[in-house]
Amino acid sequence: MNQTFTFTDKAKRFCYVLMGIGLVGLIWGYVRDSYVPGEMPNYSHNRFWANLLVNSFFFMGISLAGTFFLALQYAAEAGWSITIKRVIEAVTCFLPIGLGLMLLILVLGKFGVHHLYQWMNPAVYEKGNAAYDPEIVHKKGYFSLAFFFGRTLMYIMVWGFFQRLFRKRSLEADLSGDSNYLVHFKNVRSAAIFLVFFGFTSSAMSWDWLMSLDVHWASTMYGWYTFAGMWISAIITITILTIWLRGQGYLQDVQQSTIHDLGKWMFAVSFLWSYLYFMQFMLIWYTNVPEEVTYFYDRIHEFGYRWTMWLAFAINFSFPMVMLMSRDAKRNKSFLLFVGSCIFFFHWLDVFNMVMPATVHQHWQLFRPTEVFMFLGFLGLFLFVVLSNLAKAPLMVKNHPYLEESKHLHT
Amino acid sequence: MSKVTVHGIYDDDEQLKNGAIKIVGMGLHVKEVFSPFPVHGIDPIIGVKRTLLPITSFIYGCTGALLATWMMWYMMISDWPTEIGGKPNFTYLVNWPAFIPITFESTVLCAAHGMAITFFIRSWLMPGVTPKNPDLRTTDNKFLMLLEVNQDDLGRVQSALKETGASEVNVQ
Repeated sequence: MNQTFTFTDKAKRFCYVLMGIGLVGLIWGYVRDSYVPGEMPNYSHNRFWANLLVNSFFFMGISLAGTFFLALQYAAEAGWSITIKRVIEAVTCFLPIGLGLMLLILVLGKFGVHHLYQWMNPAVYEKGNAAYDPEIVHKKGYFSLAFFFGRTLMYIMVWGFFQRLFRKRSLEADLSGDSNYLVHFKNVRSAAIFLVFFGFTSSAMSWDWLMSLDVHWASTMYGWYTFAGMWISAIITITILTIWLRGQGYLQDVQQSTIHDLGKWMFAVSFLWSYLYFMQFMLIWYTNVPEEVTYFYDRIHEFGYRWTMWLAFAINFSFPMVMLMSRDAKRNKSFLLFVGSCIFFFHWLDVFNMVMPATVHQHWQLFRPTEVFMFLGFLGLFLFVVLSNLAKAPLMVKNHPYLEESKHLHT
Repeated sequence: MSKVTVHGIYDDDEQLKNGAIKIVGMGLHVKEVFSPFPVHGIDPIIGVKRTLLPITSFIYGCTGALLATWMMWYMMISDWPTEIGGKPNFTYLVNWPAFIPITFESTVLCAAHGMAITFFIRSWLMPGVTPKNPDLRTTDNKFLMLLEVNQDDLGRVQSALKETGASEVNVQ
């Protein structure tokens, strides 16, 4: 049985082609997006930058939630997932690049290269200036240079550190013949610390990096909603990679029950996401408070996102519910691949719905080279990084206390 | 020919599974297995069919959703139209988001209770019924395989049970 993944030239070429398309999309997007609509002051290639933010966040979120999912397996001392542990680890390996891209976008915004974040414009704090906004002045302390970037750097460094640590120790455990699994149990303790840290910072990160785009609006459900979106995207990525690898003749130790469990996760986390999406909407719709409804009013009535908003919700809720409800469907790889790839794109559309209305208002496009090519480019980069990291280590962990249990998983 | 009842008692669930595979391989039927906890993977070995409980749960869930819809429509729209929070009244469809939480709760309530009650009735578990458990130790730490075999087969069944690690074999 083949225990080492080979990143074939064919797969590499596929990734290079996607990245090439992405590069064309970047240049095309920047050049084509040069007009300044009259009603939007400070428009500087906003559509280009917003697309960059959507894709950076979406793919960063996949690897971040992958790291969370890996830590969850450690902390819960789960046995079912050990045969796919290397796949989860490979997905987390994109995290440094994703976080780097997010930091780049935030720093460039602070230097005034783009104007996605209204609160980064110094003019909004100057009394007498046309852009002066007392509402943002109230939040000046929260968005001050030291506090905002101090927080951002803290998330990035701590998350990146834990991701490297889990990976390093996992490879270390392979080589050590230690029968007390000391390296593994070190990871279990680190995972518990990471989960506590992640619980607070994932919410704070979503306020800082995404919710602050709609700077006049706040929602307490937003952090959870963003987190659930990242989590389901990560589960889909892991499921699709596992099924693909099995189809290529790798990972033969992965049981049908492991695939079934991944299907259960896909079903359950889709429900978590749908619940949070709907509850955020319903509470705001019901109370009907002007400061709160702006978010949905802008999207549904003002800027013409009605169909993307409802479609993202309808597909991401109904596809997993209808098609993955039965046990047989969750054990059928065609069902999982179909539902998984559909809701993968619609969760990308969900991030699009979070970012675009706040940044380009009604000047949005979906099926244009800028959007499509940049998404494909990021997908290529993500796949390239994940598959190269998959090839760097044996596909099956060695010397793990629950490996045998996982190889005989039966549900 | 007269049948005898055999109790093969095991200390471990893996040994019990191996025993069941051996007995079934001999062409005999395992009537029932009693265990202190669910033994994963025993069902296909002894030929227990998949239960219809999930389907009943789906039906109860749909019933719950319909009941809640009918209840709220009758209370809020038909019998006594109520305006809350300035939302358009006299219509169910325009107000649909407000009705989702109760529909959801009612679906879960009916599905869960319906399924539990069906399970209790179907397996006849309720106060006052005689326990079907042949050996009380299976509620603690023993795994019991119940067989009904012909007198002729008794010898080879006893040795098969012993070989696969049964700690006791009781014949009645």
